[in-house]
Amino acid sequence: MVNSILIKGGAIAGGSTADLLIKDGVIAEISPKIEAIADEVIDASSLVLLPGFVDLHTHLREPGRENSETIATGSLAAARGGYVAVSAMANTLPVADNSAIVEQVAAIGKSVGLVDVFPIGAVTKGLAGDELADLGSMAHSRARVRVFSDDGNCVSDPLMMRRALEYVKQFDGVIAQHAQDPRLTEDSQMNEGIVASTLGLKGWPAVAEESIIARDILLANMVGARLHICHVTTAGGVEIIRWAKAQGMKVTAEVTPHHLLLTDESATSYDPIYKVNPPLRTQGDVDALRQGVIDGTIDIIGTDHAPHPVESKECEWQNAAFGMVGLETAFPILYTTLIANGSISWERAIEVMSSTPAKIAGYQSHGRSLAVGEPAHIAIINPQGRMRVDRALLASKSKNTPFHGMEFQGTVVATVFNGILTHKVDVRSEKA
Amino acid sequence: MKHLLSINDIDRDFALTILDTAAEMAKVTEGPVKKLPTLRGKTVVNLFAEDSTRTRISFEAAAKRLSADVINFTAKGSSISKGESLKDTAQTLQALGADAVVIRHPASGAAHRLAQGKWINGTVINAGDGTHEHPSQALLDSYTIRKHLCGGTGDLSDIHVAIVGDILHSRVARSNVLLLTKLGARVTLVAPPTLLPHQVEQWPVRVSYNFNAVLPTVDAVIMLRIQQERMSDLYFPSEREYSTLFGIDSDRLGLTKSGTILLHPGPMNRGLEISAEAADSEQSVVVEQVANGVSIRMAILYLFIAGSQESVNG
Repeated sequence: MVNSILIKGGAIAGGSTADLLIKDGVIAEISPKIEAIADEVIDASSLVLLPGFVDLHTHLREPGRENSETIATGSLAAARGGYVAVSAMANTLPVADNSAIVEQVAAIGKSVGLVDVFPIGAVTKGLAGDELADLGSMAHSRARVRVFSDDGNCVSDPLMMRRALEYVKQFDGVIAQHAQDPRLTEDSQMNEGIVASTLGLKGWPAVAEESIIARDILLANMVGARLHICHVTTAGGVEIIRWAKAQGMKVTAEVTPHHLLLTDESATSYDPIYKVNPPLRTQGDVDALRQGVIDGTIDIIGTDHAPHPVESKECEWQNAAFGMVGLETAFPILYTTLIANGSISWERAIEVMSSTPAKIAGYQSHGRSLAVGEPAHIAIINPQGRMRVDRALLASKSKNTPFHGMEFQGTVVATVFNGILTHKVDVRSEKA
Repeated sequence: MKHLLSINDIDRDFALTILDTAAEMAKVTEGPVKKLPTLRGKTVVNLFAEDSTRTRISFEAAAKRLSADVINFTAKGSSISKGESLKDTAQTLQALGADAVVIRHPASGAAHRLAQGKWINGTVINAGDGTHEHPSQALLDSYTIRKHLCGGTGDLSDIHVAIVGDILHSRVARSNVLLLTKLGARVTLVAPPTLLPHQVEQWPVRVSYNFNAVLPTVDAVIMLRIQQERMSDLYFPSEREYSTLFGIDSDRLGLTKSGTILLHPGPMNRGLEISAEAADSEQSVVVEQVANGVSIRMAILYLFIAGSQESVNG
């Protein structure tokens, strides 16, 4: 059992270089030169050490859809992506709407031991939108649920949303809303716009997202509750959140890597690998989302990692499942789109990938700075590393990545979780 | 060009070649022997995953007149209705040795998936996919318009065509907009705003909500079928109101120039988007469209399967 790791010469949090020694799960020493004997020594010269990543939006599919992903395969995919904590969405079979399911998910996550698996509880029973789920018993269970979401579905009933926002205040919970007016998006297939009009695919209008964001911001403000907006995709949504934050309202917002990169033009192939909910939007939306990450309107990157088996994508567009995997490509996409060109600093990258998601969800051992005495959760990055995405090489059980064949810069070469090396590639061979 | 999935797959010159070839095909079928040996030994599969009578029999007649072997594979009672995937169906057809698959499918893009899924080697002809396109219908409409208004040759420059009705859900409209404008015609879409696609202003067409104002300016009117269920989806208040504002009857037909022709892809809802008097008027070319459809589909099968452009009679 490896219980000490010496990481030599890495740029700590993207700043000055130092050696970093991990012992028994915590950061034991950081100094310019450490001469210690360790079980594992990593040469991190020209590499960057970041606090391990935290994902607030992960579909692990277990229980119920283990043909798509399991907590074990999803945990490995997360480790490969530099993650040390993931948040398992509630839309499993059965739905995670009670303490038994969330405790089961947390326990399996713990036994796999590659990342911390924090279950998200459903807001309503069976995600059906009719009755509140067992919010309090999930909060007080051993899984200590603090984030609640009907993701996949929107909590569309305004009274239900108001009650949920109010109720979870008693344990400092947060409602993570999948903003989608269901009536405006019946049978919707892709972004409503000129591409959908030409392809004859039913549109998913931006206003179906924006109207719910606006409504929920006002509701949360009225009752003094915490609201988190999942996967914002539209320029209008960014603008509404920017306004709310300027008023001092308590709202946080998330964007996915795929919405920072891809547009609805990709649907012209009719390849459902690009089918996702909320849908890929226009270049104007992509630009607004990037700007939101830069100026702080968007708080975090959430992967919305959504595994689906081959048969769910190898069919006609309208019959295909929504969603794409993303844990293993999230950081390289962030690096390629916003870090490499200097749009955001390492400091901002740490916020959106680690410290802010941990703060929103109340994951107290995560998102902390790389300092002596802190838990050893570290992602080691090679800024010069190149990744050509090959779906066959993904650790995720499902291979539904829209990025197959694309090349990104900024690779995750190693991940340390609780002082354990959960992922490591041969850096020298990667550099060659 | 291996597949005909969208009007975007063909350029102006090739579109004209199809129309010219269809004219040659029409001559053959008007003769005493209606059959050509061109596709002897070739297998054409009609894969109809959606109910359709006229398009299927039109393609079937076209393939048979070119001496192809025809296999009909229709939704009802077939493996498609039992939940078989498009991929498995395609591989079955591949195993049967299909040289071409004519596909009608309720999902937009189904023909693209069939052609690009690498499940099949043969030619794929889109015979209508969801609310996307219906290229052979557009070609037969242009053929019909050219025959009546352009002496049967050249392109459609200076012709003004109105397409009227449920543009939003119409694959006929999408293919027609692409083809008519490619051939130089001007197109005006006439519909209530609820039945126009979002951002239609980016299409190379004009849009009008006033049918009466458009009618005196057009050379051809293409009426689209209105589905009964659109009313319950809140697209318009009542059939009567739709009919009053956007239907064509003999009074409206009276607003047109004398040579204006009236088209409808069928099947018609008499009394809803088109009155019986209008449908049966001298300006109506609806029945002729059916005959032209066979000629156009013969031309398509010939050009895409035989893969050569030698003389039809050669």
